[in-house]
Amino acid sequence: MFNLFLLQALNGIQLGILLFLVAAGLTLIFGIMDLINLAHGVLYMVGAYLAATFTAYTGNFFLGVAIAMPVTLVFGIVLEVLVFRKLYERDHLDQVLATFGLILILNESVKIIWGAAPLSVPTPEILSGSIPLIGNLRYPLFRFVIIAAGLLTAIGLYLLVSHTRVGMLLRAGAVNRPMVSALGVDIRKLFMLVFGLGAMLAGFAGAMIAPILSVEPGMGDSVLILTFVVIVIGGVGSVRGAFVAAILVGLVEVLGRTFGPILLRSLMDPSAASQAGRTLAPMLIYILMAAVLFFRPSGLFPAKGSS
Amino acid sequence: MNAGADNAAATARGAEIAVVRRPFLARRGASVAAVVLFAGLALLPVLASVLDDPFLVVTLTRVLIFAIAVLSLDFILGYGAMVSFGHAAFLGLGAYAVAIPAAHGVEDIFIQTAIAIVVCGVFALVTGAISLRTRGVYFIMITLAFGQMAYFFMTSLSAYGGDDGITLAQRSKVLGSEILENDVAFYYVVLAALVLAYIGLRAIIQARFGRVLRGTRENATRMQAIGFSPFSYQLTAYVIAGAIAGLAGVFLANQTEFVSPAYMSWQRSGELIVMVILGGMGTLIGAVPGALAFLLLEEWLAYFSQHWKLGLGVILVLVVLFTRGGIAGFVAKYLGGARP
Repeated sequence: MFNLFLLQALNGIQLGILLFLVAAGLTLIFGIMDLINLAHGVLYMVGAYLAATFTAYTGNFFLGVAIAMPVTLVFGIVLEVLVFRKLYERDHLDQVLATFGLILILNESVKIIWGAAPLSVPTPEILSGSIPLIGNLRYPLFRFVIIAAGLLTAIGLYLLVSHTRVGMLLRAGAVNRPMVSALGVDIRKLFMLVFGLGAMLAGFAGAMIAPILSVEPGMGDSVLILTFVVIVIGGVGSVRGAFVAAILVGLVEVLGRTFGPILLRSLMDPSAASQAGRTLAPMLIYILMAAVLFFRPSGLFPAKGSS
Repeated sequence: MNAGADNAAATARGAEIAVVRRPFLARRGASVAAVVLFAGLALLPVLASVLDDPFLVVTLTRVLIFAIAVLSLDFILGYGAMVSFGHAAFLGLGAYAVAIPAAHGVEDIFIQTAIAIVVCGVFALVTGAISLRTRGVYFIMITLAFGQMAYFFMTSLSAYGGDDGITLAQRSKVLGSEILENDVAFYYVVLAALVLAYIGLRAIIQARFGRVLRGTRENATRMQAIGFSPFSYQLTAYVIAGAIAGLAGVFLANQTEFVSPAYMSWQRSGELIVMVILGGMGTLIGAVPGALAFLLLEEWLAYFSQHWKLGLGVILVLVVLFTRGGIAGFVAKYLGGARP
């Protein structure tokens, strides 16, 4: 039982890391630009597709990811210039509609370019083994690499946000955007940077997960919803909140699905328990979100102080 | 939020209201348009039988069912400024309120409708109470998340089809009679429900409740300052909208005789918002042309290519980007005032 718990906890952390990579950029976009971007999930999908394509092209996963990253960055900036830049001053309804339209466009474009069938990316040879944990328990090396890469990115982001001039502007922008603009900062450049960075992080998440999941159209949609839950729990605009909430959501999601039915089985008869467990498990994170919001309407780490 | 931007926005909105406030006759125009539209819809089955095109009635029934759902969404979106991105959940819950009792032998439409309204009302009350503690971006994300919660709940409910959905043996019965099996009779039932929902919501909008709701849309702080509690008004409106959308779900299940979680997917919620916008936000009656335009556009684009969603996406993005003031401005400019 403990072994199962350990494995599932690691899986939960791995999911959490993934969610953090997508959520980090999105929470800044929400927080700084006050822009609701439904299309962030498709950037994750685009990252996965680009990594799959470049990996197949070069025959090397690392090279594939390395090429996919700057391409996703450029793609994000192009989207910003073409579409998002015109949405900052609009109301939320317009933003919802335009980004909803973008999702439709990008999901269908991916279907047209790569086909509707899922692509698979082989795990690179060097990372395909597993490493021992305790006793005879082993865990796939590649999942560890995802966790490590995510943690490194998180540390990098922390340094960027907390210890650089750009990071200072980002934090200031999340608290009071007009004031930052009034103090002579070129807010448009800052927005473009945040957007490109967010796109690249989401793309990185998609690229890293490509060997584990199947790469398919619409793969970004489910991640998008989980990311929203993460951002709402963590507090809009807070990277630190996104990290804590992402790990929390990842753990609750994975552990809930595994141990929910097991726990219920000790309370009721097995068939009813497994049905109830399967029904309740997917709802757990939403219940968590509702509970957090009930006590803290602006999330765990609100960036905007009073509001 | 910062006070400066808030004030500026409020002033801008105030100016906009002053400009678009229309004379009494113009407001009367909406009622006249509604009467003409509903009369035309009532005569449609006659036209269909003259043209010998039974498919017309079936298509229009679908449009009217969606119009009921769009009507309810317009009520909270157009008058309450609540951008709910989880409205399809109510549609789906209403549909399951037909399918699940039917699986246990309860086939009376009145009982099923009562279940749908109660279930949707309670779901709206609980999720609305939590969602309405927040606003703006948060509200959109939370309603979306709750919609997905309902979706995943139904997906995992394998006793009732789970992901694959559940097929109904037959349409619901009205006091034991199978009159709904007749497409024309079913059409009139849906039309009657639509007209009742329209009249009811319109009455609410024009009553004091509606004035408070619209006041809250413009400036919640000011409403609070003059002694109203926006929260309870918004929550009541949210519950009413949820219950009416549930009613639409009851009809949708009966029309397709099939219910699946796909009815409550978040894409469907997005499509409902698009229908509201197409028909004109804050008009109520726009729900009918909105649903009609969207469903026809869907058919028309699908006729050209299986990738019709691409076309829909392009149209959406272009309309939002290149019409001044977004779609609301577009509607106000070309299709008459959006905000009564």
